[in-house]
Amino acid sequence: MNDMTEQKKPKAAVIVLLIYLSIALLWLLQKVLMPKYMHGITEGSMIAEYYKEPKDHDVVFIGDCELYENISPAVLWEKYGINSYIRGSAQQLIWQSYYLMEETLKYEKPKAIVFNVLSMQYDKPQNEAYNRMTLDGMKWSKSKFDSIKASMTSEEHMVEYVFPLLRYHSRITELEPDDFEYLFHKDTTTFNGYYMRVDVKPAENVPQGRPLGNYQFGDICYEYLDKMRVLCEENGVELILVKAPSLYPYWYDEWDQQMKDYSEEYGLSYYNFLKTTDECGLDFATDTYDAGLHLNLSGAEKLSDYFGNILVTEHGFTSHKDDKELAARWDEKIKAYDAEAQRQYALLE
Amino acid sequence: MLFASYEFLLFLAVVFIVYYALPGRYQWIFLLIAGYVFYFIANPFYLIFITTTSFTVYYAARKMEDIRREFKTLKLPEGITREEKKELKAKEKKQEKRWMLGALLFNLGILAVLKYTNFAISNINAISGAVGAGLSIEHLNIILPMGISFYTFQALSYLIDVYHAKYDAQRSFPRFALFVSFFPQLVQGPISRYSDLSKSLYEEHRPEYTTITRGLQRIMWGFFKKLVIADRILVAVNAIIHDPETYSGVYVFMGMLFYALELYADFTGGIDITIGVAQTMGITVKENFERPFFSKNIKEYWKRWHITMGTWFTDYIFYPLSVSKFMRNLNKFARKHFGDKIGKRVPVYFSSFVVWLTTGIWHGASWNFIVWGLGNFVVIMISEELSPLYDAFHSRFKVADRKWYKCFQIIRTVLIMSCLRMFDCYRDVPLTFKMFGTMFTNFGLKNLSASMIGELGLKPVDYCILLAGTVLLILVSMIQRNGSVREKIAGLGVLKRYCIWFGLFLIILLFGAYGIGYDESQFIYNQF
Repeated sequence: MNDMTEQKKPKAAVIVLLIYLSIALLWLLQKVLMPKYMHGITEGSMIAEYYKEPKDHDVVFIGDCELYENISPAVLWEKYGINSYIRGSAQQLIWQSYYLMEETLKYEKPKAIVFNVLSMQYDKPQNEAYNRMTLDGMKWSKSKFDSIKASMTSEEHMVEYVFPLLRYHSRITELEPDDFEYLFHKDTTTFNGYYMRVDVKPAENVPQGRPLGNYQFGDICYEYLDKMRVLCEENGVELILVKAPSLYPYWYDEWDQQMKDYSEEYGLSYYNFLKTTDECGLDFATDTYDAGLHLNLSGAEKLSDYFGNILVTEHGFTSHKDDKELAARWDEKIKAYDAEAQRQYALLE
Repeated sequence: MLFASYEFLLFLAVVFIVYYALPGRYQWIFLLIAGYVFYFIANPFYLIFITTTSFTVYYAARKMEDIRREFKTLKLPEGITREEKKELKAKEKKQEKRWMLGALLFNLGILAVLKYTNFAISNINAISGAVGAGLSIEHLNIILPMGISFYTFQALSYLIDVYHAKYDAQRSFPRFALFVSFFPQLVQGPISRYSDLSKSLYEEHRPEYTTITRGLQRIMWGFFKKLVIADRILVAVNAIIHDPETYSGVYVFMGMLFYALELYADFTGGIDITIGVAQTMGITVKENFERPFFSKNIKEYWKRWHITMGTWFTDYIFYPLSVSKFMRNLNKFARKHFGDKIGKRVPVYFSSFVVWLTTGIWHGASWNFIVWGLGNFVVIMISEELSPLYDAFHSRFKVADRKWYKCFQIIRTVLIMSCLRMFDCYRDVPLTFKMFGTMFTNFGLKNLSASMIGELGLKPVDYCILLAGTVLLILVSMIQRNGSVREKIAGLGVLKRYCIWFGLFLIILLFGAYGIGYDESQFIYNQF
């Protein structure tokens, strides 16, 4: 070691300056490389959009695509004066829903939280890409940290969530104009969490679910469902369980029974909309854009109308349309909502 | 724990902080603990083997030294003749030899059983099948301890050196255990000598700006080679070698060159990390490479590639064998029967043959490695035999100093070594020969298409990164001919230094093949 030329040690001020410069460069690089989810797959931007909203919702929906593609908060407002928001993300797992609920309740105390029970079928972390779309958008908090811990697949590392640059570094060769255009700001892609699609792809020959060896939901799922229930109780919020009317992935009767049993045991409301499609007025020849997996705008509006009525008649929700500030805010949202619908319809023609 | 993993970086950060936080006299003890923790994390079972090797070699070396000391302090009876004294000395040496051979065979036995049992079983089954004996022995479920070939050879070099009284035996077992289990070396060497490593291993070290920054710089360079080059090109190499039937000669040729680059970047990168880690803690580990692909012939290449392994085989096999009684007799026999000219070469070639055979066996339990080792021997022997021809050529044509001729020699060496390295790649020897033959019988240049290259798993941008990375490797190697690159950079102004090192850091960060989508890849030499 003695044969080494003594390294000229820079002055402390220079070192500090260079450290700041390095951190700034790394931060900027991270901003550039993080996926923007502004076009194409926009689901990755949904979770973060909630933070832009005033936190005064009557009802918050938490769950997967069966909520954010099937429920229209605009209809709930227009028809029932219910101010709602969907904290939805693609393949949102039950522990992710729980931690989103935990986080939401730090910001606001809605009258009710609606949880879609499809994710009860998953008792293990599933997919890194979906994890990212739910978790990256969350603000840093203990809830986010716990959600990451619960969600990571074997190939994931916590450090890559703390420093997403380590995860997205390979995007350096795939950068698009969006990565620079939306570097410091992002457009809102949803309508209070609702992902709008107006196109139609009728549901034909929907496959029956293949028989399963075991229909019992995993213990971990019940554990998180219990945690959700307790959390809502502690915060004086009503927990409502729903199963959206998506024809596929298949919802087994055995699963449905377990949810019925659970809701009866704890006095919760559980609505399986698959059994009330006629009452909702849903027609899977016209109300779905992907052959029954999700509803299109027409279907979502019908379901929202039906569920809005339930919220009013069975859960005592009242209209807030007399709140001028809120109404003004919704007027703006409805305008944007209608404009987007018109834009999409125009594209279809 | 892989070097190229977050866990290793965390482990390293903790070790580094604790190491310098401790009083100097406890630093080496902490390094011993860190080495065992590193090994324990890899597999607790491994600890049995490394401690057994450490203890048996330590104990045998101590016993040898005790015997020697006892003999030195022995009061010889008055009037003892020179012959009687010689006889006593021989007796003492014989006792020492027993301890040395005992420990040597015991530890080689462990290595042989763990590494070569299944290879032996496969061969017995194959022979049995060939002669119709119908014997089929089940393979054993043996886990090969990480770096066993490296630490066994390192410990044995100490044992043999103490036997030859090159230095005193280490009296403290923990200190010796640290020499065997110094964690940066556990993954893939180098095979350090006790006389080199012990100089700085047990010393007290205070944090010094120069040593720490140089160490970190070396680590970064190692990660650049491993992550940006080796782990990126690995995808294409695997695509070619795992599907030999699909690719014509031109792809085999491409795969051969790719593998040579991968191996170089992987192994030298790993050694850079090892040396750099040690350097951050003030410990000097011997260099293992000296720009091997700038060698003009194979002999020179082997003096510059995996130097510590080469010198091990030279010092502990080639030289002892060359001066052995057997070799003296072989020399006499050969000279008598073939004349002086040929006869004098027989013992040298025989020793070389043994060295290359054992080098091949050391590399791995398969015929591929044995044939690879012998392939090196054949190439070296042929070049030795042809040396009069070369001399005649050079006396007639004065091209030896011409740049183009030097380039030709370098390219020739690269190609020959790359050809030999094909034995590392393909699943068996016949297939390797077949694929080698494909390069001459079915080169198929017309099959070289963008779509086919695209099917190798790399995108055009990956090839661009690889090309740029390789150019940088070559440039750095060229600058190194005139001294250390880090030394040169150290002489620059602070802003330039920052740009270079932070730039390298960013290159690794952005262009490294790590994280989701890339499999964490073990260092190739870790399997040896």
